Amino acid sequence: MSVVPVTRRRFLEVTALAAGGLLVGFHVPAEAASIQPEPWTALPQGAEINAWLAIDAEGNVTIRVPHTEMGQGALTSVSMMIAEELNVDWARVRAVFADPNRHLRNNNEYTTMFTAGSALVRHQHPHIMQAGASARERLKEAAARAWGVDRSRVEARLGKLESGARSGTYAEFATAAAAIALSEEPAIKTPDQWWLLGKSLHRLDVDVKSNGSAVYAIDAQLPGMVYAAVKACPVPWGRLARFDDRAIRSRPGIVAVTALEAAPGKKGNSDLQDAVAVVADSWWRAKTALDQLPIEWDTGSAASVSTASQQAEAKRLLDRPGEAVSEGEGTLAAIAAAEKVVTAEYQRPWETHARMEPINATASVAAGRVDVWSPTQDQSVALQLAADQAGTSTKNVFVHTVFLGGGFGGNGAGGTAVTRQAVELSKRLARPVKVIWSREEDIAQDKQRPPNVTRLSAALGERGLPTAWFTRSVWFTQDGIDRVGPATADYAISNMPYQVPNRRHERINAKAHIPVATHRAPGTNQHGFMTECFVDEVALAGGWDPLEWRLELTKGLADWQLVLRTLKDKAGFRTDLPRGHGMGVAIVEDHGSICAACATVRVSRAGELAVEKVVVVIDSGHVINPHNAAEQLEGGVCWELSHAWMGGLELREGRFVNTNFDGYPLLRMPQMPTVEVHFALSGGKKWGGIGEPAGPPVPPAVANAIWFATGKRIRSTPFKSHDLSWG
Amino acid sequence: MSLVLNVNGKRVELEVDADMPLLWALREQLALTGTKYGCGIAQCGACTVHLDGRAVRACVTPVSAAAGKRITTIEGLGAKDHPHPVQVAWTEVGVPQCGYCQSGQIMSAAALLAEKPNATDADIDAAMAGNLCRCGTYLRIRQAIKKAAARMAKKEGPA
Repeated sequence: MSVVPVTRRRFLEVTALAAGGLLVGFHVPAEAASIQPEPWTALPQGAEINAWLAIDAEGNVTIRVPHTEMGQGALTSVSMMIAEELNVDWARVRAVFADPNRHLRNNNEYTTMFTAGSALVRHQHPHIMQAGASARERLKEAAARAWGVDRSRVEARLGKLESGARSGTYAEFATAAAAIALSEEPAIKTPDQWWLLGKSLHRLDVDVKSNGSAVYAIDAQLPGMVYAAVKACPVPWGRLARFDDRAIRSRPGIVAVTALEAAPGKKGNSDLQDAVAVVADSWWRAKTALDQLPIEWDTGSAASVSTASQQAEAKRLLDRPGEAVSEGEGTLAAIAAAEKVVTAEYQRPWETHARMEPINATASVAAGRVDVWSPTQDQSVALQLAADQAGTSTKNVFVHTVFLGGGFGGNGAGGTAVTRQAVELSKRLARPVKVIWSREEDIAQDKQRPPNVTRLSAALGERGLPTAWFTRSVWFTQDGIDRVGPATADYAISNMPYQVPNRRHERINAKAHIPVATHRAPGTNQHGFMTECFVDEVALAGGWDPLEWRLELTKGLADWQLVLRTLKDKAGFRTDLPRGHGMGVAIVEDHGSICAACATVRVSRAGELAVEKVVVVIDSGHVINPHNAAEQLEGGVCWELSHAWMGGLELREGRFVNTNFDGYPLLRMPQMPTVEVHFALSGGKKWGGIGEPAGPPVPPAVANAIWFATGKRIRSTPFKSHDLSWG
Repeated sequence: MSLVLNVNGKRVELEVDADMPLLWALREQLALTGTKYGCGIAQCGACTVHLDGRAVRACVTPVSAAAGKRITTIEGLGAKDHPHPVQVAWTEVGVPQCGYCQSGQIMSAAALLAEKPNATDADIDAAMAGNLCRCGTYLRIRQAIKKAAARMAKKEGPA
């Protein structure tokens, strides 16, 4: 195969990145409508005031963003927070990705590059805003010294410094400011002082994502690069017995057929499993050859595990006491003594991330230098993994930050096995290698969201309200280690706001051979569904309107009341709709935010479900960009509605069998409900997340609406597996 | 085999396997990486391009079947100074989140509006149902398609 070099432009752009720290540039268009076709040209760096920002001679501010941009708006949010403190014209702001190598070299200069847990604004705004505030004060100090006045007499506004009749630009004083050390660092602004934060701004990466020029890891192209398709044991952690490459080695374009081995003793989230790689001069040739390659695996006892066997195991385990997460002494006695007890069993299946960009990585291992393009949620970890796999110092490794085609919690750990694969193959072949997991490999080998089976019981007392509440939950995780999911679910249950006198929660860790990872609102998704559906069961058994029940049992909790009352005002929740129509509500706390949803559904007599509308109300304390926040909340609705309605990975003979979108359907445009977003912000010291909390209340709101529409109580997902017909 | 393709108005010559999907010829040989791989089985639409103006899934279209046809990718949909009205609407509404599916979404939307300038909600549902978005931008996509349709109608003026 000969490669026709129609354009070398991208080669040059990508290789040019290896030279310096400036990776990706954006222009804020003068008009929102204008598209910048050449966004990847290096921007003038100007004078660096600190690691976060530099100002050029024209007063353009380049902000270096250490976080991954995976659709959540990190580039825009970080830039807004710094521009707020710096007091610069937003149209002068450009965002670029920060250099992970510099971060590690300078002792975690950006504090953290990790991007997860809806934490960027919530937890990291103090140090990010402080970087902007510090730069502003140092600019003022530089001008003050030049003009012989006290800094308190200098104003910094929209790129200009002024004191009486004296004035200058940030650009003039940037170099001097960089050399200044303040005796005392300034405090960050309080929300009442914001002039930029709180405004709805368009994201900085919208234009490049509308003309095909945004570069993702899968787009990296290097001179002399070859492509690898890989296959790990379909039963995770199975061993490679043998493969016979005679059938494929003479096919055109094949470069290598080689085994990758799991490193003994490293069974953590981020390590290699046994796999076979076919390397060729095109990924298509590599993939089609791999499909024809006879491979034998030693799958061990895990090959007897299935969805059905895990469900049966869960039912056995549920009859035994679990580890008490919250003691709730007296709970079990109260339930045993109660005249009226409501009990139900709920379950959620395995789910997968299925981010649109299949897992991939590109590596170039050369003498004294390793370059890596990896879709990871922490570039600094990818760097360390690459160094480990290449057997070199982290100083010699350069990770190039690119856009992620979705992450959703799966690319912290999930992006790392492939990084090792790419580095290992490049090391062996002494040339750049791009590894792409086929969609089937991406789903089969993902670090999955763990399944859960939970039994809930509530005793009813006076006024039909609960006097005791008991949950026992079985989780399947790799080797029974509750690395993710169960712990957050425990938190959600243990801190459930409903004021029930006796509450006890027990957890049982069941062992599975499947690697697991966080999954946009991990744990809370599963338990939000279970608890909030069960709340409706308990409320209705006690003769209560479900929304009034929630208001009654959160009395005195101001932020919960604020969210519920806003929902009541905005959503028009009612329980008297004609048969086939229903509304349902739910409220869940996740990542520091309280989020409620009201769903309106229609179910035909034949049982066909339509989710017409979801009203979302959130208290995240503060919101720095309502436009982006609303988009994230809409996304959260789509995310978890998709799994609850039509998701579910099926495990058979130890392997997942529905590993592409024909067998693992996702929500499509015709199924997307209208979403209405309301912010009910309690302000103060509360800073909650935005990216994840909208997911968890949606499935229970929909399932509760289905009950009102059909009289059928849904206690497991996906909804599509239930017969919803009525009448 | 040797093939001549017409890609974004340019004639290009390729040496390729005849059954290689157009997607990989575009991405690997022509460096047109705006067209994305998502599933390989025409289920997600990330690879949507136009053949003679009609939306097709490049991941299941053999490159040889594209010979003799006008191939348009996201890179060739609008000119440098004149983005396609659908792209303009995308930026005005602020549709993309992760952005990975958006090239395919835009190509499907542009083909829809070329065929049905007054696309109804049902038309939009039908034309866009083949394009998955994991970030959940569907509502913004619908809004942008309507905005683009309005802009295009205005530009063309009354019949």
